[in-house]
Amino acid sequence: MISKNIQLDEQGRLKHFLSIEGFKRQHLVNILDAAEPFANVHEQAVKKVPILRGKTIVNLFFEASTRTRTTFELAAKRLSADVLNININTSATSKGESLLDMLHNLEAMHCDMFIVRHSQSGAAHLIAQHVSPHISVINAGDGCHSHPSQAMLDMFTIRRHKKEFADLTVVIVGDILHSRVARSQIHALNTLGVTEVRVVGPKTLIPTQIETLGVHVYHDIHSALVGADVIIMLRLQKERMQGALLPSEDEYCHQYGLTEEKLSCAKPDAIVMHPGPINRGVEIASSIADGPQSVILEQVTNGIAIRMAVMSQTLGRSSGGNA
Amino acid sequence: MSDIRQLTSALAANQPAISIINGRIIDPANQIDQQMDIHLQYGKIIALGDAPANFIARQLIDASRQIVCPGLIDLRFRLRESNDETKSSIASETRAAVAGGVTALCCPPDTVPIIDNTAMVKLIRLKAETEGVARIYTLSALTQQLKGEKLSEMRKLKDAGCVGTTNALHPVKSTLVMRRALEYAASHDITVFIQAFDPWLSDGCAHEGAVSTRLGLAGIPVSAETIAIARDLQLIELSGATAHFCQLSSAKAVQLIQQAQENGLPVTADVSAHHLHLTEMDIAYFDSNCHVIPPLRTQRDQAALRQGLKSGVISSIVSDHQPHSSDAKLAPFAETEAGISAVETLLSLALKMVEDQAMQLSDVIACLTEQPAKILNLAEGTLSIGSDADICIFDPEAYWLVDREKLLSQGKNTPFHGWELKGKVNYTIKSGEIVFSTKQ
Repeated sequence: MISKNIQLDEQGRLKHFLSIEGFKRQHLVNILDAAEPFANVHEQAVKKVPILRGKTIVNLFFEASTRTRTTFELAAKRLSADVLNININTSATSKGESLLDMLHNLEAMHCDMFIVRHSQSGAAHLIAQHVSPHISVINAGDGCHSHPSQAMLDMFTIRRHKKEFADLTVVIVGDILHSRVARSQIHALNTLGVTEVRVVGPKTLIPTQIETLGVHVYHDIHSALVGADVIIMLRLQKERMQGALLPSEDEYCHQYGLTEEKLSCAKPDAIVMHPGPINRGVEIASSIADGPQSVILEQVTNGIAIRMAVMSQTLGRSSGGNA
Repeated sequence: MSDIRQLTSALAANQPAISIINGRIIDPANQIDQQMDIHLQYGKIIALGDAPANFIARQLIDASRQIVCPGLIDLRFRLRESNDETKSSIASETRAAVAGGVTALCCPPDTVPIIDNTAMVKLIRLKAETEGVARIYTLSALTQQLKGEKLSEMRKLKDAGCVGTTNALHPVKSTLVMRRALEYAASHDITVFIQAFDPWLSDGCAHEGAVSTRLGLAGIPVSAETIAIARDLQLIELSGATAHFCQLSSAKAVQLIQQAQENGLPVTADVSAHHLHLTEMDIAYFDSNCHVIPPLRTQRDQAALRQGLKSGVISSIVSDHQPHSSDAKLAPFAETEAGISAVETLLSLALKMVEDQAMQLSDVIACLTEQPAKILNLAEGTLSIGSDADICIFDPEAYWLVDREKLLSQGKNTPFHGWELKGKVNYTIKSGEIVFSTKQ
């Protein structure tokens, strides 16, 4: 049975932000447009705007994160919301009952938004299905499923450099199998209508039937990079060396690590992205990460603007523009 | 011995003689499909057609426009998953069973504690007799504690009443142990029930395919099933054991079993009702009610399972009833307990095969009665004169709305909530006694 898209309210406006899948192009463009003015807030003497004054936002992190949590916190504060950070050791709450119990406790404190990160796919959907109707849920990463705000900040960064999505060939390199970022990027890129999305990696790191999401699969990075406008390098988790997914870090670096030589296969004006944190010398050479084609630090900065846009669109509907 | 016990208990209960009249009797084991009456006394079927001389029915059931068939036999039914077999669960789950027309059910050994000793078999039988309203059969553990290391005392367990043996959802990793277990079972004419999983490829929660990729869920590939089937078929051939493969889930699995049957191996197979009607797509956005093991696979696999049932490669439909508390399903998908509270929808989902024009009515009923009885070597599953009066009477045309809150089972975990299904059980009779009725 097809369930209705719980991310939208009856008027078709943003209610939750759980996955890119289920949004139309206009929803995404609205978020990108809404982020534009926020991108300059930090240049003002007073970095705050009053859109979410009086709202309480809870950062509910069941999985460790520094960057994502911090940017969500900053974004919320710049929108004048009150922020509560809760880090939960997942091992202590491995069962869903305590997860939902905890949510109901937080609801009783009259919070308005939960920003959720969890190690299990589907956690944010589960929470969105069970919170009271006035609460919005933003997915800050669930298992291998989705990380939609990361994908949107990447789209924002691409748009600032490339203008038209329709002309782009985008290559995503590395561990697609375990990457919620890659899944969200693929949905976002295809929704925004790029020419082609390619994924590159050994078969052990490419999930089965990924073609059904609208990508072309490559195992050789050189051929994949030919004609690329945007190159997205994914982080290689150290634990992937266990479980026979890869022979060694060295071999991975040799085959898939981005070097000047491999980068020369792409278009000369190609930009290089990475969701961070970087393993220098593993998936990307330092000279590229710090080089002229890299937009990695911009991504971090844009993360705040995008998260401000998402939060204001879900919670501050009257002032954040309608989707 | 047991006949005498039943007879005395029937007399003690002052069981009335019953005549069921005007019904359409379908008894596949005797190739009967016609309108006639049936008469019960002392817990047995004593006549079909005209009542015997001097027979006085104390109760008359008018089964006009209804089907009268043997009570259903469910080959896979968990009284309560991962919990002890408490009083209430045997009572509530067997009540749910008879509401679904099921009069006999077969419980795998992965209970707590595990059925690998005769005391546990006796305990379940005792509870079944005192609290249960359906017959409960048990399968013994194939290996001690289901660990796949040492053989269980499967002969003793058979003598204590176990109707087969299985390692349930715990695949025997060692090929050598599996070979020995099959050989030992073959020596004592014990059927080995196999849930085919490769232990190394089964560490997931959904079919490995487009949906698991989209949702970022760990997948279980089709090869997890086919590798295990292929290995065990070789060992079955080597050992001469009789085996039954539980809950096929893929087109390739059906193909392997078909080949084995064509080669003359004594193997049978079943499919769960939900695999006939759901696919991986039904998981939608993480619907934990569709978290089942083996996983729901593709439309192509579903079509092959239906075809396998039609052609007879698969001879039985099971519920794989697994009642869970609501908490067990309220977690991120991978962390939820697998399984469906399924016994009350078993008959209707099986009958949907007729509605979908995939099968004949009498063949569907055979898959729920005659065939599972054969697989378990039971005398039940027929309406032969002299056999126990286990009977299901249902209206094949009546629709009912599945409402999880109205299920009698303690488990409300069903993905069929809101489905309108055809086929409504009106009476269930076990040993000549009405154990379920909508007409009270």
